[in-house]
Amino acid sequence: MSDLNQNMIEKYRNSFLKEVEANVEEGEWVKMCMQCGVCSGSCPLGKHWAHPPQEIFMMIRAGQREAVLSSDAMWMCTSCYNCIVRCPRELPITHIMHGLAHYARRLGLAPKGQPTMAFAQIFWDNMMKAGRVNELKLGLSLYYKDGFVQGIKNSLANMKLGQNMIKAKRMNAVEFFGGHGVKDVSGLQKMIRKAQELEDARIAKYGK
Amino acid sequence: MTEVVATNQTILVVGGGISGMTAALEAAETGKQVVLVEKRPYLGGRVSQLHKYFPKLCFPACGLEINQRRAKMNPNLTILTMAEVTGLSGEAGSYTATVKINPRYVNENCTACGECGKAVSAEFPNEFDYGLSKRKGAYLPNTMAHPMRYVIDPAMLGSDEAQKAKDACKYNAIDLDMQDEEISIPCGAVVWATGWKPYDAARIQPYGYDRFSNVITNVEFERMADPSGPTGGRIIRPSDGKEAKNVAFIQCAGSRDRNHLLHCSRICCMATLKQCHYVTDAYADATVSVYYIDIRAIDRFEDFYAKVKAKDNVSFIKSKVASVTQDKEANPVLHGVNTEGYHRYANTHDLVVLAVGMEPSVEAGSFPVPIVINREGFIEPASENGGVFAAGSASDALDVNRSVQHATGAALRAIQVVNRVAGTEG
Ligand SMILES: Cc1cc2nc3c(=O)[nH]c(=O)nc-3n(C[C@H](O)[C@H](O)[C@H](O)COP(=O)(O)OP(=O)(O)OC[C@H]3O[C@@H](n4cnc5c(N)ncnc54)[C@H](O)[C@@H]3O)c2cc1C
Ligand code: SF4
Ligand code: SF4
Ligand code: SF4
Ligand code: SF4
Repeated sequence: MSDLNQNMIEKYRNSFLKEVEANVEEGEWVKMCMQCGVCSGSCPLGKHWAHPPQEIFMMIRAGQREAVLSSDAMWMCTSCYNCIVRCPRELPITHIMHGLAHYARRLGLAPKGQPTMAFAQIFWDNMMKAGRVNELKLGLSLYYKDGFVQGIKNSLANMKLGQNMIKAKRMNAVEFFGGHGVKDVSGLQKMIRKAQELEDARIAKYGK
Repeated sequence: MTEVVATNQTILVVGGGISGMTAALEAAETGKQVVLVEKRPYLGGRVSQLHKYFPKLCFPACGLEINQRRAKMNPNLTILTMAEVTGLSGEAGSYTATVKINPRYVNENCTACGECGKAVSAEFPNEFDYGLSKRKGAYLPNTMAHPMRYVIDPAMLGSDEAQKAKDACKYNAIDLDMQDEEISIPCGAVVWATGWKPYDAARIQPYGYDRFSNVITNVEFERMADPSGPTGGRIIRPSDGKEAKNVAFIQCAGSRDRNHLLHCSRICCMATLKQCHYVTDAYADATVSVYYIDIRAIDRFEDFYAKVKAKDNVSFIKSKVASVTQDKEANPVLHGVNTEGYHRYANTHDLVVLAVGMEPSVEAGSFPVPIVINREGFIEPASENGGVFAAGSASDALDVNRSVQHATGAALRAIQVVNRVAGTEG
């Protein structure tokens, strides 16, 4: 567990809600939840999660820090926005879910090998190379993430999909060799690095 | 031409629901001259469309009857029906109101014998039953209507049907040449009691009110439970007329919701608890489910809630329903999560009643008089309103008891204004 995690525990002793408000994107909305249940009832993924959104919000208020941050739940959100559209209090639920996931990862509490997290990392690394996503490479990295043999299996299973994407010009086989990027890749990378620095500085007060 | 005797010591009351009637009678019984202007062809407002009253479960008819008797006996009170205030100029103590009166085509000679209604065949959706039934083109708006006089639907005018109605009348009560008129009424103070309307349930898209016939509103359910209503008091499914024994209520339908009405409508929890009785009284083997966020039955209403809760066949599910779908037999299926234990459900019912909330009947921006309203559209007790005082549910989502109390207060304020006028005029 990271020092950042220890420091946050010290700082927000007894108030996980305050910790969420201060550190999680859109976290200040959590207290507005009136526990009506509409988001959980509307979430198409809900039955596959340990804790649907409204339960997560209740757990935050109940101070169940460990259980929330190490949960798989936030990582299951597909950003369908059903919950946001129906929430009678207009909570930006989707964004809070992603904010919590991000925060959990920062603190090193996200479940190990969580597939959405792994995919997000692959997506990010892929995108940072050329400033745009290389779909072919993204697909391949995802298929091969659990090793070579599993990768071949995955690729074969999805061959039809890949061929169709190429046919529909959604993917280009030539992209495997380099692929095209944005005009000013280094400029973009610099910009992202700066944003990263700013965020790191904000949170460095508590981390090591 | 309608003659109305009025001076700037007259109190004008706009809206003849329970609040407007109360304010008008209270003022008239202190000896003030009062003109009551009501848009509908009869007095009583939305209360006349209720089957029973909470908390006593008595019939609204008896309260209305007492008020009607008081109105008939009072020489200080002038009642204009089918009339609307279209403008107000001047200031507290000396206003002039313009009032538009729509023709009823039936005069005071009417004995409500009903022959004209029998003679015509044209039918229209019955607004008294929220369109759940039809009425004739010559009709008595409801069995308790005051004034007890028929109305000719203007849509029939110029047709044989209108002539048939006229020919059927033995009392020379039908006058097809009546015109709408606009009159000016001087007055010193105004009581504004235009009431509320149910929130438009079709706008709550996930509940399918506009798509599923077995999803109805609480105001429609009141009509259904009334023996003189569209189903003769039988609680049935609109889709196939079968008995509705497994009934679900969805609370806060359109209230406490930033996508709809911001406010809690205050009466819909109690209205549902009352309507639970309608179902359990109708069928010994009924099952009722109430889906709620929290039950707001305050003060003495707590008892009422406790009694309903104690019934074996009524269950309370703490959940704002996420969506309603319909199965092949037109049964509504409710989807959501029971927040007590986080259980997901897909529950099938015979009939779903949406507990829709109350919003002001006059839309923001369409008040014919300058008036301060809050963000929900209800009238504020602001000094800028001068001699115009809100009464009853035009000021907030109120039940009858609170509406009547509020209306009595408004009458007192109006009396103070006209007394001041009387003082300065000697
Ligand atoms: C489903 C349901 C069940 C309910 N059951 C109960 C119950 O059991 N017990 C209880 O205490 N309360 C109950 N209520 C609340 C009750 O209906 C209101 O408290 C009551 O109707 C308020 O009376 P009002 O006179 O203020 O308004 P209204 O009844 O709305 O009367 C307003 C009058 O003004 C007229 N009007 C409107 N605009 C104009 C205009 N521009 N010019 C002239 N006239 C106009 C209207 O035609 C109407 O006659 C219930 C409400 C609902 C939704
Ligand atoms: S829909 Fe909104 S108010 Fe209701 S439980 Fe979810 S977040 Fe809370
Ligand atoms: S946006 Fe995420 S949390 Fe919201 S309903 Fe969709 S999957 Fe569920
Ligand atoms: S208008 Fe004439 S026919 Fe019709 S109810 Fe009245 S008295 Fe009877
Ligand atoms: S009274 Fe009850 S049903 Fe009506 S808005 Fe308030 S909480 Fe919801």
